[in-house]
Amino acid sequence: MSLQWRHRLFSYGVVVPFAIVLAFPFVWMAVTSLKPQNEVFDPAHTWSFHPTLASWGFLFHHTAYVQWLENSCFVGVTVVIITLAIAMPAGYALARLAGRVGRSLGVAIFLTYLVPPTLLFLPLSRVVAQYLHLSDRLWALIVVYPSFTIPFAVWLLMGFFKSIPQELEDAALIDGCSRFGALVRIVFPISMPGILTVVIFTFSLVINEFLYAITFISSSTNRTLTVGVPTDLIRGDLFNWPGIMAAILIPSIPLALVYNAFLNRFIAGFTGGAFR
Amino acid sequence: MAAVAASGGSRLGRLRYVTERRGFLATLLISPAVLFIAALVGVPLVLAIYLSFTDATAGSLSGRWVGLGNFRADLHNPIFRGALWHTFLFTVISQAVVIVCAGLLAHALVRSFRGRWLLRFLILLPWAAPIALTAIGFLWFYDPSSSIFNWFLVHLHIVSAHGVPNWLGTPRAAMSSIITVQAWRTIPFATVIFLAGISSIPQEVDDAAAMDGATGFKKFWYVSLPLQLPIAIVAVLFGIIFTATDIVVPYILTNGGPFNSTQVLTTWAFQTGINAGNLGEGASIALFMLPLLAFVTVGMLVFARRAEVT
Repeated sequence: MSLQWRHRLFSYGVVVPFAIVLAFPFVWMAVTSLKPQNEVFDPAHTWSFHPTLASWGFLFHHTAYVQWLENSCFVGVTVVIITLAIAMPAGYALARLAGRVGRSLGVAIFLTYLVPPTLLFLPLSRVVAQYLHLSDRLWALIVVYPSFTIPFAVWLLMGFFKSIPQELEDAALIDGCSRFGALVRIVFPISMPGILTVVIFTFSLVINEFLYAITFISSSTNRTLTVGVPTDLIRGDLFNWPGIMAAILIPSIPLALVYNAFLNRFIAGFTGGAFR
Repeated sequence: MAAVAASGGSRLGRLRYVTERRGFLATLLISPAVLFIAALVGVPLVLAIYLSFTDATAGSLSGRWVGLGNFRADLHNPIFRGALWHTFLFTVISQAVVIVCAGLLAHALVRSFRGRWLLRFLILLPWAAPIALTAIGFLWFYDPSSSIFNWFLVHLHIVSAHGVPNWLGTPRAAMSSIITVQAWRTIPFATVIFLAGISSIPQEVDDAAAMDGATGFKKFWYVSLPLQLPIAIVAVLFGIIFTATDIVVPYILTNGGPFNSTQVLTTWAFQTGINAGNLGEGASIALFMLPLLAFVTVGMLVFARRAEVT
C-alpha cells in the first residue's frame, strides 16, 4: 500500500506541474482572446478585465479568417483522399506481398519522410511556378503535400495491415475471393480504425504545414490558416492580440481532442512498422 | 490460383490471372507511391544539389555553373557561420531539455491514476496544436511591454519591474526564447514515444528483476533503460532532425534577428533564396543539412533494427 502511494505521489508530483506549464500558454491565449482591445496592454487589467467576445466577432466578420479555414480544410481533405488512394495499396502490398524486399522498401519510403521541406522548398518553388504554372494556387499545395503525407501514411498503414491475421485473408481466398476482392471486402473494412488514424494525422500534418504555404501562396484570399494568421492579422505594426489568440484556439482545440483520442492507435502503427 | 488459371481463356480471366501473381500485384500497388515520392522528393533533392553549384536567381531554374563557389562564399560569410552554430545550439540544447523532461514524464505517466486522461491531454496540447499558430501566441507572451512571463517574474520578486527582460529583442534572451518554444512543443512527442518504449517491456521482465532484488534506480539503469533505449533513441533522432531543419519557430518568433543572433540554417536559406532571390546560394545553404540527414538516417536504421532484435 505504501509503495503504491509513493508511486502515486511521484506521478502527480511530476505530471501536474508539467501539465500546468505545458498547457498554460493555451490558458493565457483564452484569457487574452476575451479582453477588450483597450485593456490588452494595461497592466492593471492583467487578470481582472471586462470579458467580451468582440474580438471573436471581429475575426469572423472583418477578416478573411473563414476563407483561410475553408482553404485549409479544402487542401486537407483533398490531400487526405490522394494520400489514401496511393498509400493504402502500397501499405498493403509492402505488408503482405513483397516479402523481404518489401520490408526494406517500406523503410526506404519511410526515410524519405525525414527529408525536410526546408531542403526542397527552393527548387520546388521554381518547379511549381515554371513547370506546373500553379503559383499562388491552392492546387500547388495539393500537389506538393502528398510528398510528405504519403511516406508517413504508407508507414502507418503497413504497421496496421501487418497486425491483421493472415488467416482471415486466406479464408476469403479459399472461398473464391480474388486477392483484390479480399483486399476491398476483408482487409480494408477491418483496418478502418487504422485508416481513420491515418486520415486524422495526415489532415493534421496538412493543417500544420507552413513553409510551402508561405513560399507558394502570395494573395490573401488563397492563404491557409497557418500563413494567413501571421501575415494578415497583423496590420502594419498593429497586432490585434485578442483576435489572433482566438484565431489560434479555434483550430487547435478540436485538433488536440481528436489527436488525443487516436493517440494510442497512432503509436501502435508508428512503432509497429519497425518494432515488430 | 490453379482454378483461376484453368478458366483463363477469356481476357478477363487472363487479367485476373495476372493480378493474382504476387510479384506483379505488389509492383502494381506499390509503384504509384514510389513514383510520387521520386517525383516530389527525389527530383527536387537532385535539383537542390544542382542549383547549389550554379548562380541561379529567382525566376529561373538554371544558372551559370560556379562549382564550389557558393559553398566557399557561405563558409566565408560570418552570418552563415553564425547560422551553423545557432542551428547546433538550437538543436542540442532544446533536445537535451526534451530528453530529461520527457523521460521523467513518461515514467510518471506509465501507471494509471485518476485524472490521467485529462493530464495527458493537457501535456499533448503543445504537440497537437499547429505550431505555426502557437508560435504567434508566444510572440504575444514574449511581448516587450506586456509579457505574461514578466508579470510572473515581477510578482514572484525574481526581477524588478524596471529590469524585465526583452525576450525577443536582445540577442542572448532571443536564443533562449526560441529554444524554449521548440522544447515546449517537442516534449509531448518524445514523452509519447518514450511511454510506448516503457510499455513495450513485458511484465515478466519487471517481475524477474524484482525477484532478483533490483529496485529503484538500479532496476531503471540495468533493466528498464537498456530495453527502452532503442525506441528512445529513435525518438531523439526524430527530435534532432525535426529541430535542426525546422523553420517555423525561428521564422515566426525572430526571423533570425536581432542582429542575426538567432539566424539558423533554415531562416538564412529562406532569406537568401526567397527574399534576396539568390536561388543557387540559398540551395547551397540548405544543403548543409544533408550530412545531418545522412547521420540520422543511418542511426535510425541501426537502432530500428536493434529494437526489433531485442
